[in-house]
Amino acid sequence: MKKELMSGNQAIARGAFEAGITFASGYPGTPSTEIMEEFAQYEGVYAEWAPNEKVGLEVAIGAALANTDAMATMKHVGVNVAADPLFTVAYTGIEGGLVIITADDPSMHSSQNEQDNRNYAKFAKIPMLEPANPQEAKDFVKIALNISRKFDTPVFLRSTTRLSHSKAPVSKGNRVTEISKPAIKIDTEKYVMVPVNARKRRLEVEKRLNALKAFAEKFPENTMEINDTRVGIISAGVAYEYAKDSFPNYSYLKLGMVYPLPENLIREFSQKVKKIYVVEEMDPFLEEQIKAMGIKNVSGKEIFPFTKEFDPGIIKDSIQGNEQKKQQIELPEIPPRPPNMCPGCPHRGLFYSLKKCGKVFVNGDIGCYTLSFLKPLEGLHNCVCMGASIGMAHGMSKALGDEGKGKVVAVLGDSTFLHSGITPLLNMVYNKSNALVIICDNRTTAMTGMQEHPATGFTLQREKTKAVDFIKLAESLGVDSVRVADPYDLAKTTKTIKEELSREGVSLIVSQRACVLFKRAGETAKPSLRIDLTKCTGCKVCLPIGCPAISWQSFSAINAAAIQRNAPKQDGFVVIDTSLCNGCSICQQICKFDAIID
Amino acid sequence: MADVVSILLVGVGGQGILKASDILAEALMFAGYDVKKSEVHGMAQRGGSVSSFVRFGKSVYSPTAAKGTAGILLSFEKLETLRYLDNLMPDGKIIINNESINPPACNLGSMEYPKNIEYFVGNVSKNVKYVSASEIAVEAGNIRCANTVLLGSLANHLPLISGSIWKKVLTKSFPEKLLDLNLRAFELGKSA
Ligand SMILES: Cc1ncc(C[n+]2csc(CCOP(=O)(O)OP(=O)(O)O)c2C)c(N)n1
Repeated sequence: MKKELMSGNQAIARGAFEAGITFASGYPGTPSTEIMEEFAQYEGVYAEWAPNEKVGLEVAIGAALANTDAMATMKHVGVNVAADPLFTVAYTGIEGGLVIITADDPSMHSSQNEQDNRNYAKFAKIPMLEPANPQEAKDFVKIALNISRKFDTPVFLRSTTRLSHSKAPVSKGNRVTEISKPAIKIDTEKYVMVPVNARKRRLEVEKRLNALKAFAEKFPENTMEINDTRVGIISAGVAYEYAKDSFPNYSYLKLGMVYPLPENLIREFSQKVKKIYVVEEMDPFLEEQIKAMGIKNVSGKEIFPFTKEFDPGIIKDSIQGNEQKKQQIELPEIPPRPPNMCPGCPHRGLFYSLKKCGKVFVNGDIGCYTLSFLKPLEGLHNCVCMGASIGMAHGMSKALGDEGKGKVVAVLGDSTFLHSGITPLLNMVYNKSNALVIICDNRTTAMTGMQEHPATGFTLQREKTKAVDFIKLAESLGVDSVRVADPYDLAKTTKTIKEELSREGVSLIVSQRACVLFKRAGETAKPSLRIDLTKCTGCKVCLPIGCPAISWQSFSAINAAAIQRNAPKQDGFVVIDTSLCNGCSICQQICKFDAIID
Repeated sequence: MADVVSILLVGVGGQGILKASDILAEALMFAGYDVKKSEVHGMAQRGGSVSSFVRFGKSVYSPTAAKGTAGILLSFEKLETLRYLDNLMPDGKIIINNESINPPACNLGSMEYPKNIEYFVGNVSKNVKYVSASEIAVEAGNIRCANTVLLGSLANHLPLISGSIWKKVLTKSFPEKLLDLNLRAFELGKSA
């Protein structure tokens, strides 16, 4: 069949479809998000966004217990959230197949940490496959499903950013003709994990692991290529591609399955080559196991970096012992260009207002609004993991006691609140907190690219559904005061925040305004604003909102004839880039000289 | 040409770099090459710096290239050229969009947008072409197709992709009502 250019994520979705997986649940998270979005579009499959990864995995487990071939997808930190069901479904096994996709993010391109989820395979005692390119990504899903069914175990498929977001030609196949038939089967000894049953299953897990070790020895995707025998490289995933790019003539043991390892095969390989390099990003996961086998002449993390993605150059330099030689290029100072909140982003108005409310500690969370930590807004003061803001705010306000009154806030997004904010909010009510929670409700999961969630009114497969009402939800949890604010209205938003900060008890403000990039919200962008140069005094009060459309122009950089001074010491003026501005009017509300006009 | 050629596209989130690199990769595949392209998106979309590798040859392993080995740097924004300059091989080709987009620190006046970018670029390669892609895009009918203009300019360095392949891929990549516009932008970019 003709090849098609596919990303790793598209290939995983295609592979799931071809393998006959008919059920998938997941929560968005870079670099995994597109797997669900792609899979959901195939005929004859069911796919849904879960509110978080734990729910997503539990849903997939339920489907697999009903003899359905199921998949759960998540980014690496999502597995932390899903770890509780994960470790025990490893004991029970399932009826249908269950493939769990973990998408890791070496270099932390879009993540809060760089955890190496291969450790989860070993920890939970379940097998893990690691494709190296989009073609393998597609093919390995089917293999993973077969292993899952054959060994009655969930199976991990691990991707990384470089695989998920790389494209390469992939040959499509046909979908399998036999699709598993859902059925109810009751087997309490196998599925009710109370101690008496769990102890028995624990033994089964060990037996299964031993069977998988034997399987790994003959697994066709663990492949040996013997060329130049002076150097042997053991690698897996995209790291193999980097190594092969730099050293096409060395000998290779490429592992398609990174847990459990084929010990005999590794020994055999070690006898064929003089020296072994274990090429793996992040943790010495393979290396430690290989060294524990007592194999000699193995090098790993003593020469390769322990952090960040590799590329062919890093591998070459590490093996050849070159200093990371930076080409000597003469460069000026290059201003950084971090991701930033968009022009018209409703989060901007909220954080600007919050800053006007005195010295408060803002417990932050994860989403587009996290970007407010940057200068000039510097809108939040910590960020740990999804949903953490509320628990941290509560802990902080309890620890501070009276000192903390009116000074502790939690800010989190709508998707983040639904992911893991409800339980800690309940805790605040239960344990009589004295802090303010603000949900920045932009009607979508913006950071990962506009996914639906339980408050948007639509499902992943575009069906209409109920949308949770944050106000009613908070009221029924017992929150003392619940308010709504429009972050495009700075004065009112500031007033609302100040009022709620001065109250006793738990307060919640829903700061509500749709994301400017969110088309369905139906708000047509307003015309761009302009600066009236006869009025701008160069006072700079509009700069601290950090809008990408507004820039400072100093007089010293322009031709003297063009200078008009509206204030004695004026040394410049501001400019609005009309191609970026969408008329949100936040700057207009701040300007004291009416210099920003429609 | 080397066994594997690496092209690096760089610029600012929102400039259409990922779309351009998709089109390029597909055109190379249709021209009979093995190809890999990679990019980092996610956070990078929010006005941040964006880069995307497209590598092609008889067979390509790695989706990214070692520093100092890219044959062509296609830059959508002047300052971003400097950020990625160390990826280029000595005297590699550079195509630069004559466009400056202020990073946040320059908007605030706390840092200066580098002057003399041409000088620093010229030190690294004599093989540099500046294209006023936005102006050309306006001439073609819409400023938003500046990315297609740049692809047109790049096409001059990839003679192994025929005009009909480009046309086929562009046709696949744009909805009908935007197609003529983009075909025009591509041709204007090519002759610029
Ligand atoms: C456990 C976990 N799952 C997923 C992610 C990826 N992630 C980061 S931000 C985000 C969405 C945030 O959406 P929302 O709270 O609505 O804020 P917005 O970006 O819309 O402002 C997601 C899914 C993560 N960091 N951690």
